[in-house]
Amino acid sequence: MAFMTALSLWLIPILIAVILLYGTFRKTATYETFVEGGKDGFSLAVSIMPFLVGMLTAIGVFRASGAMDALIRAIEPFLSAVGMPAEVVPLALMRPISGTGALGLMAELIKIHGPDSFIGRLASVMQGSTDTTFYVVTVYFGAVGIHRIGDALKVGLLADAVGVICSVVIVTLIFGA
Amino acid sequence: MINIIWVALFCIGIVYASFSGTMGQVNNAIFKSATDAVTLCIGLASILIFWLGLMKIAEKSGLLEKLSFIFKPVVRRIFPEVPPDHPAMGYILSNIIANLFGLGNAATPMGIKAMQELKKLNGGLNKPSRSMITLLALNTSGLTLVPATVIAIRMQYRSSSPADIVGPTLMATLCTTLSALIIDRIFYYLRKRKEKK
Repeated sequence: MAFMTALSLWLIPILIAVILLYGTFRKTATYETFVEGGKDGFSLAVSIMPFLVGMLTAIGVFRASGAMDALIRAIEPFLSAVGMPAEVVPLALMRPISGTGALGLMAELIKIHGPDSFIGRLASVMQGSTDTTFYVVTVYFGAVGIHRIGDALKVGLLADAVGVICSVVIVTLIFGA
Repeated sequence: MINIIWVALFCIGIVYASFSGTMGQVNNAIFKSATDAVTLCIGLASILIFWLGLMKIAEKSGLLEKLSFIFKPVVRRIFPEVPPDHPAMGYILSNIIANLFGLGNAATPMGIKAMQELKKLNGGLNKPSRSMITLLALNTSGLTLVPATVIAIRMQYRSSSPADIVGPTLMATLCTTLSALIIDRIFYYLRKRKEKK
């Protein structure tokens, strides 16, 4: 577990150093290139704004009405038996369907439970450890005109289910419930 | 599908509120959530600008290419049906490396190019080949070194250590990716058995 903490702490700074040193070594205009790429980062942040406004408003209404709590209370007995926190179930279900929808749910969970709580960390790991299966299948197969999806969707969704279980196990092991 | 979920969230919420007397909270939530979302995005900009700026250096300096060279022997084993010197292999490698560094925008065009090449390899049929399903499985499992957006959101909500999920996320994404590859193989052998019969 100490290794995990060290990895979290060191990975980003080391990656930065390696990239900058390699860039300098290969005579890349590092600073200018950084600024150029940074513009993409800004437009990315702006471009997800409408998605997040739409999703967070819908989730906000759903939660404020009390429907979210009712849903969680209804599913809790089944999930607590297997050690799965009911709060993250909506996120687990949304993750393969919509990336920004899941991002909204994750932000909401972090806001309510706190980023350093068990739920907050679990939501972070669940969001970060997988991609939006439906989107990937639609875009990649759609772009080359494949209409018979074959086993691709089944493989993706099964892997997502395994991913959720892995996230719960790993976060419990490392941060404790 | 996402359209239905989105509308359902609003409508179920409003109907539920009309029975439970929480319409006041619902009204507040509409405007508060919209404001929250915009604040969140502005906060996200900081990390995204920094990370994508850095990644541009990795891309331009040729570091990503260099890495794809290192990964080639592994990727050849994952895609046994693709000839090692076929252009498809190059695109698959670029796609994997771009994903690994969180460059979703660069990964998608590479992935699509790879799919086009794989379709050619498959004789242009409109049903997916084994390699196409494997590439898709790799992409849906989201192998990423640094989940920049997640870290940014954690920072926005004042985490005392926003990056402490990097290690666990990496571990979880490795598990997901490995199981995606294993599930993919299982489905492949199941298909083969069916064809034999």
